[in-house]
Amino acid sequence: MTHIDVTVDGITRHGDVEPRRLLVHWLREDLGLVGTTVGCDTSNCGACTVLVDGRSVKSCNMLAVQADGHEITTIQGLADGDEWHPVQKAFKECHGLQCGYCTPGMVMASVDLLSENPDPTEEEIRNGLEGNLCRCTGYHNIVKAVATAAAEMKGASA
Amino acid sequence: MTATIEPQTGAIGRPIKRKEDARLLTGKTNWVDNIQLPGTLYVHYVRSSVAHARIVRVDTTAAKAADGVVAVYTGADFPEQAGSTCVWPVTDDIKMSHYPAICTDKVLYAGDVVAVVVATDKYLAADAGDLVDVDLEPLPAVVDMEEALKDGAPLVHEGFGTNHCYTATMPCGDYAAAKAKADVVVKRRFINQRLIPNTMEPRAVVAAPSVGMADEIAVWTSTQIPHVLRVVLALLTGVPENNIRVIAPDVGGGFGVKLQIYREEVLGLLLAKKLGRPVKWVETRSEHMVASHHGRDQIQDIEIAATSDGTILGVDVKLLADMGAYLQIITPGTPLLGMFMYSGIYKMEALNFECTGVYTNKTPTDAYRGAGRPEATFAIERIVDELAAELGMEPMELRKKNWIKHEEFPYTQIAGLTYDTGNYEAATARAMELFGYDELRAEQKARRESGDKVQLGLGISTFTEMCGLAPSRTLGALKYAAGGWEHCTIRALPTGKIELITGTSPHGQGHETAWSQIASDIIGVPVEDIEVVHGDTGRAPLGMDTYGSRSLAVGGQAIKVAGERLVEKAKLIAAHQLEVSPDDIEFKEGVYSVKGDPEKHKTLGEISWAAFAAHNVPDGVEPTLSGEATVDPQDFSYPHGTHLAAMEVDTETGKVTLRKYVAVDDCGVQVNPLIVEGQVHGGLAQGIAQALYEGALYDADGNLLTGSMGDYLLPSAADLPSFITDRTVTPSTTHPLGTKGIGEAGAIASTPAIINGIVDALRPLGVNDVFMPASPQNVWRAIQAAQGGAA
Ligand code: FES
Ligand code: FES
Repeated sequence: MTHIDVTVDGITRHGDVEPRRLLVHWLREDLGLVGTTVGCDTSNCGACTVLVDGRSVKSCNMLAVQADGHEITTIQGLADGDEWHPVQKAFKECHGLQCGYCTPGMVMASVDLLSENPDPTEEEIRNGLEGNLCRCTGYHNIVKAVATAAAEMKGASA
Repeated sequence: MTATIEPQTGAIGRPIKRKEDARLLTGKTNWVDNIQLPGTLYVHYVRSSVAHARIVRVDTTAAKAADGVVAVYTGADFPEQAGSTCVWPVTDDIKMSHYPAICTDKVLYAGDVVAVVVATDKYLAADAGDLVDVDLEPLPAVVDMEEALKDGAPLVHEGFGTNHCYTATMPCGDYAAAKAKADVVVKRRFINQRLIPNTMEPRAVVAAPSVGMADEIAVWTSTQIPHVLRVVLALLTGVPENNIRVIAPDVGGGFGVKLQIYREEVLGLLLAKKLGRPVKWVETRSEHMVASHHGRDQIQDIEIAATSDGTILGVDVKLLADMGAYLQIITPGTPLLGMFMYSGIYKMEALNFECTGVYTNKTPTDAYRGAGRPEATFAIERIVDELAAELGMEPMELRKKNWIKHEEFPYTQIAGLTYDTGNYEAATARAMELFGYDELRAEQKARRESGDKVQLGLGISTFTEMCGLAPSRTLGALKYAAGGWEHCTIRALPTGKIELITGTSPHGQGHETAWSQIASDIIGVPVEDIEVVHGDTGRAPLGMDTYGSRSLAVGGQAIKVAGERLVEKAKLIAAHQLEVSPDDIEFKEGVYSVKGDPEKHKTLGEISWAAFAAHNVPDGVEPTLSGEATVDPQDFSYPHGTHLAAMEVDTETGKVTLRKYVAVDDCGVQVNPLIVEGQVHGGLAQGIAQALYEGALYDADGNLLTGSMGDYLLPSAADLPSFITDRTVTPSTTHPLGTKGIGEAGAIASTPAIINGIVDALRPLGVNDVFMPASPQNVWRAIQAAQGGAA
């Protein structure tokens, strides 16, 4: 067992974990933060995407011990209290989700994409989300949501 | 491009943002994998790594001794669990396979279950699984359907003496006579490849003795069919039905793969009962690839006969349908769901249909978005294009010549279905306009003339489908075991809030929102005040669940009738309290007032409280206020549409680019256009993926070569374009809300549109077919073969 201290959604969490424990399992099973989902066992689907120090990471592709000392944001900590992040709002506005299983990862990946590139073209959005699979929406409305959030965030910061 | 939205006074027809989204967007979800009960044990399945083998020995000694292990079971421990789970024996002489919970003598496909480990921790269960010593004596596997039918082929089920499962026929009209009159006969063999559904949420099962209820076992499972599952679990296991509660909590996609009775559900129930503790199993993605059923997998021989002026006379279809190793819930019936659809939207005098189901050593097949209808639509829409090429006619002109005209509805087509309404002219005109059809044809001509290495093709799919399964009597006549009705109860609670209990079981379709919209219009309560309850046999006891685009088409009718019954009862109580006759009560937007004297009125809230207190209800009227309905649909529902795809094909590399896709669908009245459009998009992505990206591949020994997300190509956002969509609205006349199904339309229509476009681009090179998925290799090979080179 290895001791870790990680800030998750603004709260410092301490844990003793087996070295082989995946970050996503630590979040879901040890901390009970089940908002983050798991869609594959080969790091292909992106459902498990969280932000580590602000950058998107597939939490099934990282060990809990590697998160020691870092800051993690999950879908459950993205909103500012009751005020949703513009990406969350845009996903609802544009019907960018159906079953919602890919959504936590898709939203977190989109947040990262927009922090890197605040004004992406459709092609940049599509390429930027390549690591996140959705089986319900055909991506059309996800792409629209990301573009809508970009416009919204630009308006807010202007 | 979105549909033109007419101003609405009611809730029906509005693109209301979904109620479901708040929890889904903030992670406050309840997936089965999120359910964590005290004392949970973890289940791990030990699966066969080979496709066909005799089980010599399964030694569980080491696994039983491993850390954290509570129990290890083999087939011998559940000898009685070897019945059939198939509810659709399609012919009298079908060879019905069993479907064992755990195999005892033989394994029949790679992924079949040989043992189950139960441990205190998920990781420990998997570790112990590796210690189960399975001694298998490999047998030759049968992978190819045509090989499987040959004499001397290895037998999947030795007891049957053959791999032939059934042959079903449906002769409509006299095809031989039609063919004798024909000037042109075109015959093709299409391969509708095997697909792996891949919901983003893998399957999962939690089963536990219910706290405080002596004998009840609750089963949470990621399913589309909690109600059907409960019945079948009772029949299979002998656990009394009234001791089983099935709950489908948040379910992350279905597409047919969760319309199933899976061994992991049967064993979940039995293990919880046997061990008296909660048990949990969550499918891994790689496990999903072999352990959840597959879709499609047909060899289609189709022939079309026509006169030289392009009048279609008849179609002859012979299918081989791969059942895989076992018959699951509707494995044999799935190809037959397409049986009535091989004439598409066209008039003809004969349709000859024959389908042979074949056992192979592969994962069983069953329903996948569209189930039988995508295959049928693919075949008819492809062969119509081939006929056009043979006749030298423009393919859209050929379609126009043969399709059922707007004024001819209702129209009884050759297979005996009566299409209630449709307007193929309108949908096609709109699609061609959005597409820029004539401009693209001109560009195609220019590219052909200049010998451009990138050629352009126009892919057409003018489709209809039958969905909203179905009148119960029709299902009975087709030998399907269950009915096609749906249930709804709408309860006005004492405090005036509304509980809408539906028998449908959503997994992404937005029923909570759309059902609230329907009820809102009928009972006059705001959408926000209606809570939709679903997917739990404890809270919503009656239902037929969600598949086959039936939820709105059938379930919507039940909501309407239930709402009307509630209003009728409320009127009686209001009239009594206002001391007038019920005929003098006028109901509008939730208020029951005296005609001509609107000051005298009662609100629904007042009436529901009065009905609850029951101090002053009229004689003969029972206390409490609710409306209930169980509705059997009058007919199937027949959505249709015109889809067009502009395909660019690099003739040197075989690389295909989808440049533009237009989908104009007609699903009748739209309850929520936002949701309708989302359904169309998702269907398009899956249908396009069949055409361009996906395909389950097996080697000659029956090993799945596409066994992970790394090998099975699910399209990402980078692999698809944005779509141009619109709707024409031709209300259904057999469905009281005027609605039709929309869940499967995109998946049904799009596959042939894409392939027709690719073939159209390559036609001048002599190409008249391309295998799916139309990868660069497959397209390049088609070009080489047509050019007489080595393919
Ligand atoms: S769960 Fe699929 S990438 Fe992490
Ligand atoms: S919304 Fe279902 S997988 Fe994306």
